[in-house]
Amino acid sequence: MDYEALGLRAGIEIHQQLNTEEKLFCRCPTTLRNIEERNGEIQRYLRATVSEMGTIDRAAEEEMKQMRFFRYYTYDSTCLIEDDDEPPAPMNPEALRITLTIAKLLSMTPIRQVHTMRKMVIDGSNTTGFQRTALIAVEGAVGENCQIESICLEEEAAQRVTDATFSLDRLGIPLVEITTAPCMHTPEEVRDVAAYIGMILRSTGRVKRGLGTIRQDVNISIRDGARIEIKGVQELDLIPEVVSREVQRQVHLLAIRDELNDRGATVPEDGIDITDLFQATKSSILKKAQCIMGATLTGFAGMVGREIQPDRRLGSEMSDYAKKCGVGGIFHTDELPAYGVTEDEVATLRERCQAGPEDCVVIVSGSPDQASCAIRLVLKRARMACEGIPEETRKMLPEGSSAYMRPLPGAARMYPETDILPLEITSEMIDTIVLPELLSEKARRYADEFGIDEAVARQIAFSERFTLFEEAVSTGIKPSLVARTLFGTLRELSRDGVDCGGIPDSEILDLLKRVEDGSVAKEAMPDILRARAGGADLEGAVASVGPLFSVADLEEIVWRIVREREAFIRERGDAALGPVMGVVMKEVRGRIDGQIVADVLKRSIQKIL
Amino acid sequence: MKAGDRVRCSPGREGTEGVFIAERDGIAVVKLKSGYNIGVPASDIEFISSGEEMMMQPPSVTQNPDLPLFSIISTGGTIASRVDYRTGAVTSQSTAEEIIRAVPRLATLGRYRTRQPFITLSENIQPSMWMDLARSVYEEITNGARGIIVTHGTDTMAYSASALSFMLKNPVPVIFVGSQRSADRPSSDNVMNTLCSVAAADSDLGEVAVCMHATQSDDICAIHRATRVRKMHTSRRDAFQSIGIPPIATVSYPDLQVTPGPDAIRRASDEPSLADRLEERCSLISFHPGMSPAILEGYRGCRGVVITGTGLGHTSTELIGGIRELIEDGTTVIMTTQCLQGRVCDRVYDTGRDLMAAGVIGGEDMLPEIALVKLMWVLGQTDDQEEIKRMMQANLKGEINRRSVHGL
Repeated sequence: MDYEALGLRAGIEIHQQLNTEEKLFCRCPTTLRNIEERNGEIQRYLRATVSEMGTIDRAAEEEMKQMRFFRYYTYDSTCLIEDDDEPPAPMNPEALRITLTIAKLLSMTPIRQVHTMRKMVIDGSNTTGFQRTALIAVEGAVGENCQIESICLEEEAAQRVTDATFSLDRLGIPLVEITTAPCMHTPEEVRDVAAYIGMILRSTGRVKRGLGTIRQDVNISIRDGARIEIKGVQELDLIPEVVSREVQRQVHLLAIRDELNDRGATVPEDGIDITDLFQATKSSILKKAQCIMGATLTGFAGMVGREIQPDRRLGSEMSDYAKKCGVGGIFHTDELPAYGVTEDEVATLRERCQAGPEDCVVIVSGSPDQASCAIRLVLKRARMACEGIPEETRKMLPEGSSAYMRPLPGAARMYPETDILPLEITSEMIDTIVLPELLSEKARRYADEFGIDEAVARQIAFSERFTLFEEAVSTGIKPSLVARTLFGTLRELSRDGVDCGGIPDSEILDLLKRVEDGSVAKEAMPDILRARAGGADLEGAVASVGPLFSVADLEEIVWRIVREREAFIRERGDAALGPVMGVVMKEVRGRIDGQIVADVLKRSIQKIL
Repeated sequence: MKAGDRVRCSPGREGTEGVFIAERDGIAVVKLKSGYNIGVPASDIEFISSGEEMMMQPPSVTQNPDLPLFSIISTGGTIASRVDYRTGAVTSQSTAEEIIRAVPRLATLGRYRTRQPFITLSENIQPSMWMDLARSVYEEITNGARGIIVTHGTDTMAYSASALSFMLKNPVPVIFVGSQRSADRPSSDNVMNTLCSVAAADSDLGEVAVCMHATQSDDICAIHRATRVRKMHTSRRDAFQSIGIPPIATVSYPDLQVTPGPDAIRRASDEPSLADRLEERCSLISFHPGMSPAILEGYRGCRGVVITGTGLGHTSTELIGGIRELIEDGTTVIMTTQCLQGRVCDRVYDTGRDLMAAGVIGGEDMLPEIALVKLMWVLGQTDDQEEIKRMMQANLKGEINRRSVHGL
């Protein structure tokens, strides 16, 4: 696709959890829990509140189409603030300082006085019904061509367990939100900017790592299209695919619009009740439906079923809208007969709905309320199709396509969080921030300073354990040993299914020191780490591998083995080294350096020969 | 510049437009187009144009004449409020239309008359306001309301409710209601509390009560007897608890089923009457180790004093002389306990016997604040020492339990 010709403009919002001791507006730890560890549950209803203008925010109103009831799991690591049963504590200064560090790394200008706001969110993921968020700094730069618009510090939402059940452990973890200008023009550029910002964030050494700790929202538009926000793109490598599929979607929707307009397509005001038509149908969904509503989209034939993204049709968009009313989906004549609906039934349906061959009939089923709500939303989406592309917030589907979530929220959903006092950002606060070394600079330095291969240096710098690497090297342990342990041994173990993630850096450092001073053989590392990961404490893990052999011990063992195989050695000569080495290693593996074993063995064999 | 004016400000290198909200200490608060407020030096903002007056055409509300009539008396408790997204100011609403607009389901439960005898934060409530409130409620009862809902701040709600309980004889429910979370939050407890309070006002109850969340969840409201209720938490939704008795009723949500307990006073048990005189010169003293007897000097002008003593109802021996002098000067002194749970009993220990000998009246198992309100009312009814003592130790409105029931 020629993105320039299409006028692609893309921006991203990056949400990154900070690794602080305490949450943003309460004193709880920022650790996630297993839901089995919950100690209670509370149940709540949320409702949209009315603004001064007497209107309810469109995104909030959309969420309220279904009056929903939410459950929240509580833990011994959560408090009344997450329950919305206690006013918030002042903003966590540690989180603010990390945010200011990131802002400074991106050459941004801090806001003189920070005001915490409430952003209305009534999908249940915030017990309060809003997310606390504050604009911290504005106007920064990434690379040469891209501007950062803003950095905000906000509360992470509660984690959804099932449809309407949330777990409060994640609620309130500090989250920075970095928003770029719509300054990217190709899918690859979007990925590269996201990767660069991610690197900046990790350079602070103060952000959470691992699944779900960083999320990208991508904003995409093409000329004549609309601004679409696609939420929750977790993998960088998927970004180009998501962008390109969204461009495809907008291109196809614009083509559909043009064709609909050429045909003079029209959409009726409301649907009609056609419940009686399907009383004897073989379609199990329609048969058990309390109410079926249908509507004729004049001039829409072939358009509803046209693919706009891999596996997505205009009908999928209509279906997404209908689902807001609690129905499972829609049927339309572009895809019928199918799903147990026969050709005869389609003919009757067309007749009842007075639909000609140029038209498409859409039907929905559910309770009377659901069905009439759903058909109206389908018609609303059909009208939009004649106008172009609606501005929307969408969610990413696994392969990179996207589905409708809700309208883009307006500014109307923000009002001040009066429970938090405004906060001054002084120039002194900014001046005292010492900027961390960027990971990219770090990688270059590792390669220069320690003579490590560049790719390995980069791997180390970008990894979670880079601080451990630096600490180990600074205590005099050989960089190659540290690198091999952290990025060879640990990785191989994890490939074997041994989870070393829980082993604290301090213990790994301790082990490295012992290898360095010779009290533990480096060959023993895998076995020791394996035992440690299996639940033993460090001393136990070291002991389980057995005591270290001295060279004298080794010589004794080797001499015994060589004597036992004297005939074999005489026969084979020097070539006996390999097979005998295997026998020796079986006895001493992990307890003395392999090189020493080889030397001793060589000497012993020479003695015989 | 005034709130709502369009201004230009430059938080970064480039300028941006926003709406002026307020200025304090040289910092101007501006709402940006994104909805975020920021504070920038006031000297950095530049006026663009005046704000437009937002003229809102609120949808009209019709009340169904076939539904029962309730009276909602607002005292400043925020039953329904609206937030100004530009300034963040929260406006309290109190006309029937405004209240129904904020809680639309109310329109399906009844029709409403509203009045506002006064509007204040509940921490600023004065006993004289209880008299105004009691008169308003009395008028509404005699004007045929099926039930009365009093919206009230939570801080002193138990004081006000118990005051009305002593001042009124009421054949219909008088339900106090408030919210722990402000009404502008999507999570506020105000909608459920309000709906439950109307259900309670419609029910077969006949006393003054407080209606608030029974748990942290939006599942059940508890109806507490006004003379046995206490705010037991600074912030939780279920802050209000009945002490020494179970709640007199529960209301389930969202189906609004009212289930009265066996001891609830039922509708029409009394003829309406009003005894609205109070003696305001009364005070509550909490005894603590190290309290100087000199403090008692400050209470000399009081006609009544309630002491929250330790344990079964004690003060230090050192204070007894001063207490005796207060009583000899004509002050009625009632002993309650800071344990809150349980009954005072000054017969058990020497200190208690000495306090009794000094003329202190045991407050049985009355909650200290309720004893204070009751004392104000009793002293407003009679000057006779014997009668005062008799009334203080008699159960007038459920404030005293004859027995301390197992399990509560």
